Amino acid sequence: MERDTHFVTGVYEDEDVLLQAITQVRSSGIKIHEVYSPYPVHGIDDYLGYKRSKLPIAAFLFGLLGTTLALTMQFYMMKFDWPMIIGGKDYGAFPDFIPVTFELTVLLASFGMVGVFMVSTNLKPWAQPRIFDLRITDDKHVMAIDIANNSAMELAKIEEILKSSGASEVNKKSFE
Amino acid sequence: MAHHVQHFNLDQKFDFTDAIKKIVFTVLGIGAALLVIGILMAVFGGGHHEAAEAEGHAFHWYERLYANLWINNVYFTGIAIIGVFFFAIQYAAQAGWSTAIIRVMLSLGNWLPIAGILMIVTFFIANHDLFHWTHAYLFDKSSPEYDSIIDGKGSFFYWPMAKGTFPIFYIFRMVLFFGFWVFFFKKFQQFTYNEDIIGGTYSWYKIRSWSAFFLIFFAVSSSIAAWDWVMSIDTHWFSTLFGWYVFSSWFVAGLSAITLITIFLKSQGLLEMVNENHVHDLGKFIFGFTIFWTYLWFSQFLLIYYANIPEETVYFIERLSSDIYGPFIFVNLGLNFVLPFLLLMTRDSKRHGVFLKLVCALIIAGHWVDFFLMVQPGTLGHNGGVGFMEVGMFLVYGAAFTFVVLSGLAKGNLVPKNHPMLEESYNHHI
Repeated sequence: MERDTHFVTGVYEDEDVLLQAITQVRSSGIKIHEVYSPYPVHGIDDYLGYKRSKLPIAAFLFGLLGTTLALTMQFYMMKFDWPMIIGGKDYGAFPDFIPVTFELTVLLASFGMVGVFMVSTNLKPWAQPRIFDLRITDDKHVMAIDIANNSAMELAKIEEILKSSGASEVNKKSFE
Repeated sequence: MAHHVQHFNLDQKFDFTDAIKKIVFTVLGIGAALLVIGILMAVFGGGHHEAAEAEGHAFHWYERLYANLWINNVYFTGIAIIGVFFFAIQYAAQAGWSTAIIRVMLSLGNWLPIAGILMIVTFFIANHDLFHWTHAYLFDKSSPEYDSIIDGKGSFFYWPMAKGTFPIFYIFRMVLFFGFWVFFFKKFQQFTYNEDIIGGTYSWYKIRSWSAFFLIFFAVSSSIAAWDWVMSIDTHWFSTLFGWYVFSSWFVAGLSAITLITIFLKSQGLLEMVNENHVHDLGKFIFGFTIFWTYLWFSQFLLIYYANIPEETVYFIERLSSDIYGPFIFVNLGLNFVLPFLLLMTRDSKRHGVFLKLVCALIIAGHWVDFFLMVQPGTLGHNGGVGFMEVGMFLVYGAAFTFVVLSGLAKGNLVPKNHPMLEESYNHHI
């Protein structure tokens, strides 16, 4: 069986039940593909054992790029390309450049972070999201388990564990 | 899933043991020794005398002592009142995360009565040596030293009495501010410790109301205190954001003090309900308000630099072009902005490890430098600097402050055990 095509989904009604279920399912040796919720569930990434996002590093590097770009641009323009005296200051009047530097640092850090986030989570406008269950946009939490990734365990056993962990329904879902 | 209140020992008290007292007194002793060395050097060194006399104003060693007293009076008053302020903010904002450490915040206020007395006594001993505007001849039109600018500002100090006599309005404000600050501090203390006995939500609602009044009063008084105690040293000069600038400096230093005491109490095996999530939040406050301080420092600097009006630029020229103070401008920015900004940027550095402790210590030293730069150039000019006297006086005040605060903390229960939001604080998770 191919990976990333056939899934078992457990539907949960309540967030606390879901969090308990995640612990139970993971401790029984099943690898969870993903959990979908209608709203952010506090602390769920710890339960799923996710590593912390590396997004802040991207933000820092983009911020640094913004700082460098802003200072280089202003010094080049104001000191070398078209020197101008403004307010009786030096050509390279460093304090004058700080507000623009600040703004570009913030701008590039935030835009860069959003860009990296979109690329890393495949949030391009033409992306075709895979909907495991339509009710995740309404009132249900859904845990998706990739059957091929858990081939060591029988399908019936996985369904059994999901049921016993508090899932109100256990369904199957396949994608082309 | 969550921890429950009963899992923690709520009747814990901080024990101010002899071992801890010994450390505090050792620091006090070192500070006093350095201070004496500094005074002796100033009395017998006298390298600056000739230069000073050439200007027509003889410099005396005790002027430097007074300036040091004033720097530390203002600085430690600020840290103390920030403890009360931050406590009041928790109630006004109905914050739950901080409940386990609110008494640490409030304990800083124990210094306030002593600070008030020190401030008033220092003012009366040192007035001419610290504050140029206390000279009567500035307001006398027949005097050659008549100063029309200071005369214009005279009522701010002397009203309703004649200018150049007794600064009744100034003293009134000083007494009023300390009086109300101590009053509010005592009120908060009374209600929060009474809560341990009576329970319920009565105390919480009471403190919330008093907090709202305190915050209004503090918003005005902190600003005016900054003009009175610090900005009036450079009498001709003024800056419209000076009150916030001084407040932000106090705030960062006060937050660092709260964090250091919290970490210290944890290392004593107390406050076990305070975990890395609470420390993380304190770290974020320090990180954020470090940037706020920098923003105000730079806003003040940039506008003065850019507008280039002589009356305003004199403040920075006095500091930047001085061999004594010039380097400290950069020390100030390095300790209070660059290092905290870079060291506290990552999540881990705010949650555990030595970084937060290191940064808090750097900030407490750094904001002392900030006040040093506000006070000394205007009072001592080229006779100032950081020497034995400065370091000694800072250590003496620091040790005395620590002693008073820890003694106050040891008197009552460390955790507000009947606080309605205690459980929320335990479950704080970020």
